[in-house]
Amino acid sequence: MEAILFYILAALIIIFAVASVTSRKILRAVIYLLFVLISIAGLYFLINYNLLAAIQLTVYAGGVIVLFIFSVLLVHHVELELEKTPLKRKIIAGILSLLGLGITLWSIFTYTFKTATTTYSSIEVRDIGLKLLSYGDGGYILPFEVISVLLVAVMIGAIIVAKGEKLKEN
Amino acid sequence: MIAGINIYEILTLTSILFFIGLYGFFTRENLITVLLSIELILNASALNFVLINTYLYPDLLQGAIFTIFIIALAAAETALAIAIIINLYKLIYSVEVKDTETMKY
Amino acid sequence: MDFSYTILIPLIPLALFVILGIFSKKIPPSISGWIGSLGLGTSFVLSWYTAYSYFLGGKLNGVYQTFIYKTTWLNFTDKLHIDMGVLIDPISVMMLVVVSTISFMVHLYSRGYMKGDDGYTRFFSYLALFSFSMFGLVLATNLFQMYIFWELVGASSYLLIGYYYTKPSAVAAGKKAFIVTRFADLGFLIGILLISYYSGTFDFQEINSLHGSIITNWAATSFMGLSVITWGLILIYLGAAGKSAMMPFHIWLPDAMEGPTPVSALIHAATMVVAGVYLVARLFPVYYFVENGFALQIVAYVGAISSLVAAIIAITQTDIKRVLAFSTMSQIGYMMLALGVSKYDGHEGLGYMASMFHLFTHAMFKALLFLGAGSVIHIVHSNYLKDMGNLRKHMPITHITFLIASLSIAGFPGFAGFFSKDEILAAAYENNMLIYVSSVLVAGLTAFYIFRLYFGIFWGKDNTYEHTPHESPWSMTIPMLFLAFMSIAGGYIPFSDYISADSIPFKSHLNLPLAAIATSIGFIGIILAYVFYKKENNLPERFANSFGVFYKWTYHKFYFDEIYLFVTKKILFGIVGFSAAWFDKHIVDGTMVGIGNTTVAISEKIKGWQSGKFQDYAMSFVGGGVVIAMVVFYIWIN
Repeated sequence: MEAILFYILAALIIIFAVASVTSRKILRAVIYLLFVLISIAGLYFLINYNLLAAIQLTVYAGGVIVLFIFSVLLVHHVELELEKTPLKRKIIAGILSLLGLGITLWSIFTYTFKTATTTYSSIEVRDIGLKLLSYGDGGYILPFEVISVLLVAVMIGAIIVAKGEKLKEN
Repeated sequence: MIAGINIYEILTLTSILFFIGLYGFFTRENLITVLLSIELILNASALNFVLINTYLYPDLLQGAIFTIFIIALAAAETALAIAIIINLYKLIYSVEVKDTETMKY
Repeated sequence: MDFSYTILIPLIPLALFVILGIFSKKIPPSISGWIGSLGLGTSFVLSWYTAYSYFLGGKLNGVYQTFIYKTTWLNFTDKLHIDMGVLIDPISVMMLVVVSTISFMVHLYSRGYMKGDDGYTRFFSYLALFSFSMFGLVLATNLFQMYIFWELVGASSYLLIGYYYTKPSAVAAGKKAFIVTRFADLGFLIGILLISYYSGTFDFQEINSLHGSIITNWAATSFMGLSVITWGLILIYLGAAGKSAMMPFHIWLPDAMEGPTPVSALIHAATMVVAGVYLVARLFPVYYFVENGFALQIVAYVGAISSLVAAIIAITQTDIKRVLAFSTMSQIGYMMLALGVSKYDGHEGLGYMASMFHLFTHAMFKALLFLGAGSVIHIVHSNYLKDMGNLRKHMPITHITFLIASLSIAGFPGFAGFFSKDEILAAAYENNMLIYVSSVLVAGLTAFYIFRLYFGIFWGKDNTYEHTPHESPWSMTIPMLFLAFMSIAGGYIPFSDYISADSIPFKSHLNLPLAAIATSIGFIGIILAYVFYKKENNLPERFANSFGVFYKWTYHKFYFDEIYLFVTKKILFGIVGFSAAWFDKHIVDGTMVGIGNTTVAISEKIKGWQSGKFQDYAMSFVGGGVVIAMVVFYIWIN
């Protein structure tokens, strides 16, 4: 049952990802990306990482995709078709990507992973929260704080960059 | 762990996703769609973190936590990139890659 | 005895140089002259006091002791270190007296001579620099310190020759002096390196030690038939010959007369040019004992030839300062040959003593001659004999002092030059007949040319002068009077009681037959000059014509300058320089230009890679990553 579910999700992910990078309508590309993200959230559910799935849905599907859609609407006509990529470029990029994929897969398949045999229980949100705020061994309080500072900086930076000329005029 | 699915299949999936993203990054002609490809790449690596965590070290939480960080970083990066794109649009009324090629020989 | 205070003797002029040099614009001329004279006066008093206490109390068991006060200056390794310090022994004390006396007199004299000159303070600061360097050279404890000050005197000599730097000829003369001596100093440096390599030290004491590795072990090395040490000594002598204007490096000295006359008196007559003599004297034991004195033979013959050639040239010159320059060269040749024929022990070391004696007396009367010439030039505003004549009534003091100096250099009995010259002739007579004969000849020529000068300036024709000539001010005549006194009294100093090759005093006596011969030859020279130049007549001209070609050659100083010019201009610049320039332009530059052009061409081809498309860059990056991964995996598999 779970295996079948995984295969379905994997197929969805790959199909929509390909659609997302090839679609010539920009808004559709964004929506395909949304589907990919939702499918990935499905995978998180499948392995019982509920918190991650929730974050994936809220931040990505809820936040980032909306941001994309707004920006697309700001700078494009919805019906505008994107320019065609030159074929030569497509071929080179395709070959390069396939080569990279081949190398990666080859190296993955020649390596023997020591899969854990212990049964695992679904992780609790509480555990993640404690880990994030712990300053003891293996605690993540410092990166957590750094990320929060980064987010503030990005927020201010984004505002200033987007406002651009107007700030100067004032 | 997903019953009946081994780690190789999962890693294959994430690798394919990653290289699809890379292909998009190489070929797209519009800055926003380039950004979409970057999201694909980031998601592929986030997925890798979680799944490897689940399969190899189920009693640890590193993978999950790094995924959270990646999502935060992705959000931040997207916000900043879109700000830059909008500013660019204000300046040259275009978000095409070919219009941003002025920094060359 | 403690002589450590002698370090002040060079340090005072150094301080003067710094002060006068830095504030040359601020200090008014009237004060700077006094500062300079006062400072050198202090050095003068200290030097005489040192001489007094050293020669009276420096002996231990009848041998003059050497006092050394030194400190390590550059410490490279335990073995290789360069010291700075003060070495007090008979010849350095004697040189201190000479240098400080002449320098002090010249300072006093310059206050009058340079009056009203634009660079008055600058002049005094240069003089102070020179005095400092010369004292440092004299007091050097080791070869390297001597070399440093050797170059410093060269540099200050350059500055002073080119003092009138707006005059192209002065600039050229300064350059000539510097380049020629610098060229010779190259030999000196290589010689120092050779000697110190084999002795393991720079120190004079250790090099000169009779039990040291140089003197006992010189035969251990050989190069082209001679000991390497001998080659080192010959190279060192090259430097000495350059500084002392010996053949064939003498060409700079006549040109150096472009400098102000007090400078000529100080540097190019009394002190710096005898540095070469001093250097050979300093290393005398090495010169004498290594290879049975082979290098010393060279010193003797070079000295004798220079002395003769210079005396002949001096007869025909018309520029009075040039006559004196060639005279200086001739007298230094005397000192060199005296050193060259000297032996080491006791009375056998007569030549060494005679050389130092003559150095002392020569410094006094030659400086006086220059100061007298300066006094005349100061009034007449010309260097040439034809513009002078019958000045004795207008300038009585200059006349008298010049006469005293002339008699002294001509070896007139009773004057200083007579005694020192007699010792030299005696030393030459005992050791080398050929050199003795040439020296006697030189004595006659000297008497002739110096009295030609004397009669030409103070007697002879009545010239009409623009301004009525008058005696120079007291500031100039007092030093001249003092030097005149020294030109007579200097001869009565019992030099052999003080200076000898092995530091053990001995008694020397006047060799009456030899003195009689030399004196009579000198008399002949004086009388000839009297006949030729006392009253204006056509004798000299007829005489010159009868010599014809030889006279012309002599007048042109045997074409030494022309030979040098030919070698440098035609051969060095014309052939070597031209082909080197061609090589430089076409091969060296060509290579460089070729590299540049190739780079431009290649970059023109590949600049498209920088397309400005970030996606291209990303593709290159990923492609490179893939390639590296493939290579790594390939290696890993195998």
